[in-house]
Amino acid sequence: MTAVNDTRQLAYITGQASDARVNVEIETEGMTLNIGPQHPATHGTLRVVVKLDGERVTRAEPIMGYMHRGYEKLAEVRTYPQVTTLVNRIDWLGSFANEVPFILAAERLMDVEAPPRAQWIRTVLFELSRIANVVLFLGDMGVQLGAVTPVFFAFRDREFVLNQIEAVTGGRFHPNFDRIGGLKDDLPKGWTEETKSVLGRIRTFCNEMEDLVTGNEIFQARTRGIGVIPADVGLAYGLSGANIRASGVDWDLRRDGGIGLVHDQLDWKVWTHPDGDSFARYWVRLQEVREACDMVDQLLDGMPSGPVMAKVPRIIKVPAGEAYVETENPLGVMGYYVVSKGDLVPYRVKIRSASFNNISITPWLLEGTYVPDVISILASLYFILGDIDR
Amino acid sequence: MNGALTLAVELAWWQQTGIRAVVGLLAVLLPAGTLVYLFLFKMMSFMQSRLGPMEAGPYGSLQLLAEVGKFLQKEDILPRKADRWVFMAAPFVVLISTFLLVLVIPAGPDAWFIDIDTGIFFALAVSSISVIGILMAGWASSSKYSLLGALRAAGQLVAYELPLVLAVMGVVIQAGTLNVQDIVMAQATGEIFGWGGIGNPFILTQFLGFAIFLIAVQAELTQPPFDMPVAESELVTGYLTEYSGLRFLLFFIAEFATAGIFSALAATLFLGGWYVPGLDPTSDLFNVLGPAILLGKVILVAFLIFWFRFTYPRFREDQLQQLAWKVLIPLSLINIVVTGVLKVVF
Repeated sequence: MTAVNDTRQLAYITGQASDARVNVEIETEGMTLNIGPQHPATHGTLRVVVKLDGERVTRAEPIMGYMHRGYEKLAEVRTYPQVTTLVNRIDWLGSFANEVPFILAAERLMDVEAPPRAQWIRTVLFELSRIANVVLFLGDMGVQLGAVTPVFFAFRDREFVLNQIEAVTGGRFHPNFDRIGGLKDDLPKGWTEETKSVLGRIRTFCNEMEDLVTGNEIFQARTRGIGVIPADVGLAYGLSGANIRASGVDWDLRRDGGIGLVHDQLDWKVWTHPDGDSFARYWVRLQEVREACDMVDQLLDGMPSGPVMAKVPRIIKVPAGEAYVETENPLGVMGYYVVSKGDLVPYRVKIRSASFNNISITPWLLEGTYVPDVISILASLYFILGDIDR
Repeated sequence: MNGALTLAVELAWWQQTGIRAVVGLLAVLLPAGTLVYLFLFKMMSFMQSRLGPMEAGPYGSLQLLAEVGKFLQKEDILPRKADRWVFMAAPFVVLISTFLLVLVIPAGPDAWFIDIDTGIFFALAVSSISVIGILMAGWASSSKYSLLGALRAAGQLVAYELPLVLAVMGVVIQAGTLNVQDIVMAQATGEIFGWGGIGNPFILTQFLGFAIFLIAVQAELTQPPFDMPVAESELVTGYLTEYSGLRFLLFFIAEFATAGIFSALAATLFLGGWYVPGLDPTSDLFNVLGPAILLGKVILVAFLIFWFRFTYPRFREDQLQQLAWKVLIPLSLINIVVTGVLKVVF
């Protein structure tokens, strides 16, 4: 050991040493929090593993598959009419809308077309299931942010829509009503008038939500500028539906896809919002419910008469070939890729469901947000677990 | 209470203590039960277009007993990794704060538990004890959700203690005393520009203070829009997550009893407490009428608190702190300055 004689040098060294000691950074360990699979905010069994630094999220990873029911595989051992029973349960809040793209794909393979009246009724039910679905979102968003009241209004008014769906199809949740070549049945008597009064209720509900939720300062403080998705990022992650329209992308398959349903014969508007934040997603959905009410009104007024079923053989054998059909479902774009080998059963069904893609943006979106915002962003992306896992 | 009792009959100290204990228990539990039934069960239901409990008793009025019975029957679950004694003691610590709070609130000219000259100071001090209980609960549960909830609660309660105290300062300056009984008297005998017809309830002159006090109370009670510590959509139920049975019930009672007592405090400080205009404030009648009048005013204030609770979504933690430090505290400081200047001028 060398002795240091110079006192100035000694002072310098000790000063350096003490500085070094102070400058050692205090390392804090992050905390890993499992949001889900059983958690009130994931209304289902989504699991989001969140790495936290305090309350700030440093990394978020959604883990899916807790509710995987294997519909794609099950569809391979069901006849075509039986498959609608399965796919009903994908997005369980708007179940009729799930049947439509599959039936359209099968119809395309068989080269049959449903009669005009069937197409119109299909579109009515399609839009009614959109209303039933999104109305619940409009209330549920309040719950996720801590306001308990809106969701009760949502459940109350959704019930009337479900009653109307039940009056036609016989099923509240799982209608199983769409058939290859048309529909199972015609509309019941007096249904049109009843539905119009229900639409009035839904419009009132939308106004209530505008007062109670979107007009609320705290709601705006919690959603404006939170979870902003730029249009290019959203498109890169394959977002669809209201989530991408809230980022300013003017893209709606009801207008741009144009097969099977009769949206192109109606007078309506695609709503977009330039902001791309949680508030925009809520706002766009609110406008879409109103738009859907107007659409159903027009559909009921202009309903053509005629049969609801085209001529199809009793035992449905689909000719060999493949078809991909996608429609603008309540949650976003839903598509079925059906491969047939000419059998009674499809050879392969690939389901493209909206929520799976919508939720895949969460790792990008949740980084750097706070825990409360994790919940509000997840809620505003609006996923249904059945739609993620299938 | 002491004064009234000594007038009627001489009681031994242990008899007085026993009566005080029973009355104190009633003073905590009765308003709590009333608030739960009136607001949580009924008002909330009516706001949400449903009926609420209707089966147990007329209009579901006995539902509360059924709920208590249910909680008593439930298993008292202790998480395996929990810090045993701390976990078990936490609800009692929270409840102690509630019971200490009720002591200083007078219900009549002679109907009080303790009459201390620093009454309001005492009340605000003991109201913070509940933070310790909540931190204990969150830490001992050894659950991440509980821990997050408890830390949020601690940050929130500490931040809102300040506007709470500062809002009361205006009243104290105007009344010129910290004694709660004297504050009521000051309102009963006060005059508005020389007219003493209805006394001078401080809500008229201290409206800003009243508003700040109510907001801070809302945050102290961890009720929406300030319910981040128990935010059920984020943290399951925060520090309550691991509790069940009796211990959960104790937390529940503490929450609503504290809501009642803070409402009573607001009623006492700003609405004239047990006094109604038209009677002599020193009359013995108020010893009988006072509790009922106070309860009426408590329900009035609690109605406001619960109305906000059922309507608003919740803030985020940082927004809550911003509201406390950037809005409420400056406003209450201005209130104090203005009150002080006016006190000197008039």
